[in-house]
Formats: sequence, structure tokens, C-alpha cells
Amino acid sequence: MGIFKRFFEKLKYAFKRTELNDDFYDELEALLVSSDMGVETAMDIMDELRDCCKQKLIKDVDHAQVELRRILIEKLNVSEVKFDYPLIITVVGVNGVGKTTSIAKMTKYFLKNKKSVLLAAGDTFRAAATEQLNDWAERLKVKIIKQGEGADSASVVFDAITSMKAKNTDVLIVDTAGRLHTKTNLMKELEKINNIAKREYPEANFLNLIVLDASIGQNSIAQVKAFKDSVEIDGIILTKLDGTSKGGVVYPIINDLNVPIIFTGFGEGVDDLSIFDADSFVDKILM
Amino acid sequence: MAFFSNLSERLNHIFSKMTKHGKLTSLEIKEAMREIRVALLEADVNYVVAKDFINKVSELAVGEEILKSLTPTQQVIKIVRDELTKLMGGENQKLEVSPKPPTIIMMCGLQGSGKTTLCGKLALKLKKEGKKPLLVACDIYRPAAIDQLKVLGKSIQIDVFERGTNNPVKTVKEAVDYANKFQLDTVIIDTAGRLQIDEKLMDELKDIKKAINPTEILLVIDAMIGQEAVAVSKAFNDALDVSGVVLTKTDGDTRGGAALSIRSVIGKPIKFVGTGEKLTDLEPFYPDRMASRILGMGDVLSLIDKAQEAVDEKTAKEMERKFRENSFDLNDYIEQVNSLKKMGGLKSVLSMMPGVSGKMKQIENMIDDKMLEKNKAIIQSMTAKERQNPDIINGSRRQRIAKGAGVQVSDVNNLLKQFSQSKEMMRMMKNPKAYGGKMAMIKKLMGQ
Repeated sequence: MGIFKRFFEKLKYAFKRTELNDDFYDELEALLVSSDMGVETAMDIMDELRDCCKQKLIKDVDHAQVELRRILIEKLNVSEVKFDYPLIITVVGVNGVGKTTSIAKMTKYFLKNKKSVLLAAGDTFRAAATEQLNDWAERLKVKIIKQGEGADSASVVFDAITSMKAKNTDVLIVDTAGRLHTKTNLMKELEKINNIAKREYPEANFLNLIVLDASIGQNSIAQVKAFKDSVEIDGIILTKLDGTSKGGVVYPIINDLNVPIIFTGFGEGVDDLSIFDADSFVDKILM
Repeated sequence: MAFFSNLSERLNHIFSKMTKHGKLTSLEIKEAMREIRVALLEADVNYVVAKDFINKVSELAVGEEILKSLTPTQQVIKIVRDELTKLMGGENQKLEVSPKPPTIIMMCGLQGSGKTTLCGKLALKLKKEGKKPLLVACDIYRPAAIDQLKVLGKSIQIDVFERGTNNPVKTVKEAVDYANKFQLDTVIIDTAGRLQIDEKLMDELKDIKKAINPTEILLVIDAMIGQEAVAVSKAFNDALDVSGVVLTKTDGDTRGGAALSIRSVIGKPIKFVGTGEKLTDLEPFYPDRMASRILGMGDVLSLIDKAQEAVDEKTAKEMERKFRENSFDLNDYIEQVNSLKKMGGLKSVLSMMPGVSGKMKQIENMIDDKMLEKNKAIIQSMTAKERQNPDIINGSRRQRIAKGAGVQVSDVNNLLKQFSQSKEMMRMMKNPKAYGGKMAMIKKLMGQ
């Protein structure tokens, strides 16, 4: 597949050109679209760059690159992440994006910050999902509330909140069944989990986080939209950034749907999670 | 939303704009190509693949013949369809069977692509075809992955071979010995998900391959994958020389770009698509039929396949007789709903109809598979007599039925009205002359 290799090599040199001609913009488009941000966002960013270069009389690639970085970072709309306790995090997402692993990583994150953590095995649907979370709970030495396969996930959450209140736990993280966002009855179940949590512990702070797989394309937008239709979505955990995927699809999600990225995941170890950092994210897109 | 429906809709829109003009200028073709390119990219087709595709189609489309042709738009659509079919790889390719058993099928792919579930689906499919499969659990990294396969195996009564977190290379060898000993003719190996750039884990796959020389190495890809499809499939193919691809999770509103990109990059056929969460939701992939479906030409062949699977010949003949004699009753209605359900539901059937697939969004709200379920519940709350002769259902019977089915009386009324209307329609079809004008109107409505 010589053609692909040549093409990607060419991309790398997009910024080594000196002149801002059509070739430059063509290659820039390829670079942006290849990050999965979508054609529309790519066009918007290119238009903005063109205008900016025109206004600031920028004619060389070096300066254009600085402006492009600025635009790419600005569009991520980052604001400081602060958690208030007691905190109940409900983790949602479609199948296979890495929900359970992300929960383990967040648990480690909060433990490192000297917070107590409790897990709720709310994925009562997938075969062996509870076992998977249970394994993590044992490894991380945190308590887990679980019932059998096929149990009512809302009742698991109810039990978990009772225990959380009794022991003054700082953080409760609720795992939920992976669901394709096109399945309405499973979405209803999420609403129920949310309602019960708010009814049983109104003083707590609530965060609904959606896990997105960085290797998925434009479909991630549809996923966030569908979940937003049933429950509030307060932020994104973007996983699998350790591969070559760039996860550019978060651009339209941040800008059109107003959902910020909170965490990024980059590996299978429990420490492979960090608070979102716009600089390194954009570095990867421009790589 | 069905597989590819987004792309289908966009392309149909582009072509419908073109048709109005009659003859095409090269400028119009260029504009259409630009729009098709955007549509492909929005459907997650790889940037380079989309570019090549447009170049090829443009080259063919600006030829003299097209510009002179009286139906230039049709010609362009034909070119696009032919190229789409080529892009996806022509005809359906079946699973290879080893001349010397056991046939060994090895899965590989990224984390979360759906390998374990696919193992279960494939095992069930092969079992139904009379094979004796053995599932082998080799995902020793993800917590509880082995448990997941064991639960799946148990639910379909298929043996699962596992050696805990032992070295997978050793495990697969033992599994093949086990299959030989117990005369199991197909070995399906689940492997751990891995990133294509993880050299250590990629080496593990190579070692497994070397140890047992699989008949099939299937690359499992999430149909929702983005631009990464190319890098991922290329790396797995370079490492393992895979024999085919399976696209999973095509039941979300998948754009299907991966299906278009992968084949052209690694030259390996897509053999199956996973179409749902149930273990029976696995279908062979037909590139030619898929191309027609994308372009709104429907996929009647797959529809017939599905119908044949869902309805046996005897039932079909019986149904035909009842239609003819107009003795179709509410029991038959349930039978019909059940077959429809076996075929994937009303939406799935409609999406395969010519002229419909591009308009799925518009009719999405009009059809509701849940309504069929509701109707079924209503009928099941009727007595045998009522089902055979709905005319006897009076007010108090309606109330009893509504209560039994947990619905409103108006729902029962609607069902009975629908039923009598369809009976009326059948009578007209049987004797069109007597209804003259009315029949012509219906035919027109049905677009005949």
C-alpha cells in the first residue's frame, strides 16, 4: 500500500512547506479530516485560519501553524475541572468503549486524591460484567455493591447510595449496561437510575459522564445526542487515545452539543487516565 | 436507523437534485462529485479512499457518452453503484472449511470491537448448520473475559475450552488436541483485544497463528470506527495476513464508512456483519446488494433470503390459500407478525425495499415495530372464537380484551378497523374488475 504511506508522509510535511497556497490547504484538510473531526468542522477551522492569516498578513507556514494551534485549542473550550463531594458519577456509553476500565481508572484517580470510593455494578445485562467490575474492586481494594445478572440496576444503585450515606463515602461510581443508543428501553433504565440517585441523596453532586472511544468516527456525535435526550450529560471520558486515533470527533461534540471533555484514557493500566489536557490533545492532531 | 442509511440519504438527495436537469454539464457533474465526496467523508469513509473513489468516478463520468446520453443521471448512478460494489469487494465470500478437520477460526481486533460476542454468534450459526464447534478463551488480559465467553457458551450449549491465564499459545494447541479427541470439527478462538501498535501483543497473535495455522483469521472491526479503520486493518493484515473481516454493531446508526474503506486498503473481503445484540444477529455480507441498498435501489435478494429463513414453504402455501379464499383471520395476523419479527422487524424489511432505503428517516416515525407487538398482545387476549370471527366482538368484549392486553379500548378498535380494511383490500385484489376505479387508485398509491 505504497500510496497510503506516501500520503501520510506527505501529511507530516504539510507544515514544512513555506507558502500558504492551495496545496497547503488541501493537505491541511486531509490532516484535519483524518482526525475524525468531520468535514464541516474542518472547513470551519480552515476558514477561520484563512481569515486570520489574511487579517494578520501572515504569509508563511510557521506563523500559520501557531495560529492553527491557537484555533484548535480555543475550540476545545477548556475550563478548569473541579469536583465537589459527596459525588455520584454515573458512567454511560455504548458497548465496548471501555466503561468498566474507565471506572477502575477513575477509582484510582480519586483514591490518589485521598477520597473514599464505592462502586455500583449497575451493568446487570452483559454476561460477566459484574465479575469484571468486581475484579477491579478487589485489585483496587474498594467496596462494591452488586446483585446478580439480570437484577434491576436501579435497585443496585439504591443499595449503593444507602451504603454511601451510612459510611460517608466521598465518591460513588455507577457502572451501567452498555447500550446502543438506539435502544429506547435501556435508555429509560438510565433515567430511572438518575431519578433514584437524586431522590435518595439530594445533597450529593451528580455527574453523568459518557465514555467515548477515540477510534470511533462521526457516530460518537449521535451517541452523545441520544444519551442527552434521556439524561443530562455533563462530560466526556475519551478513551483509547494510546493508539493512533486522534479523537477529533470531540470538536463537533464540544461546540454543537456543549459537552466538555473531563478525562482522557490512554492505556489498560489503572494509572492511564488524566484530566483532559488541551495542549497534548492538539499536539496529537497536528502530529 | 439502518446500516448506511445516512450515506444512502445523502446520495439520494444529491442524485434527485441532478435528475431535474435532464442533460448534465461537466460543471454539474463536478459539483455532484464534490457533494458525494463530502457525503462519503461524513460517513467516515477514509479520506484517501474517498479521494480515490471520486477521482475514479469523475474520470468515468465525464466521458463523452455520459454528456451525450439522454439519461445521464442514471448513467452516473450506475457508475457510482458499480464502483461502490467494487470498493466493497464484489460478491459474498463464505467461510473457508479445512479439508482436514478441525477448521480453525481465529479472531483478532482492537479492544471493544465485539470479538467475544462474535465468537458466540458464529458458534451458534455453525452449530445450526450441523457443525460441532468448540470455543477457546484466550483473552487472558481483560478481567472476566473468560467468564464472559463461558456464559455465552453455556447459553448456546457449546463447549468452552480455557486454561485460565496460561500462555495462549499453549492453550490453543491443547484446544486443537481436545477438538480432535472429541471430534469437534470447528475451533473458534477468542483472543484479547489489542492496539495495532502494541508490538508485544501483536507478536502473541503471530505466535498463535504459527502454532495452529488457522483456516480463517477474521479481523473484527466495530462498524462505527472512524478514519482509523485504515491504519488498524492495515497493521493487523500486515502482521497476520488475515483472511477476512467481520463488521460488528451495524445496528446503531452506523455510517458504514469502514465497510467502504477496509476492503480497498487490505484487499480482504468482509464476510459477515453483526446486526444486533442477540446471538442470532449475524448475517453474511453481500457487497453488491449493499451497494444497491446504499443507492436506494433496495435489496430484494436479501429480503427473499430472510423471508425464506423466517417462513417455511408449507406455511407460505397455507397463507396464500387463505389470501385467495379470503379466510384470513386474526390468528394468521399473529403468524404474519411473528414472521416479520423473525425477519428483523418492519423497519429492517422496509429498508430493503427499492426506493425506501433513502427515505428511511422520513418514514421512521410512521412505522413502529412496537405497534405490531401491541397488536399481538391484543389478539392474544381474544378467545379462539373471536380470533376466527372478529365480527362478534362487541362493546363489552372490546373492554375485556383491552383490559387483558393492558391497552385502551381505542387500541382494540384501531386494530379491528385495520384488520377489516386489509380484508377489504384483499377482496379487491382478488377481483379487481368489480372495483374498477378504486383498484386503479390503490395501484397508483403503491407505485405500480
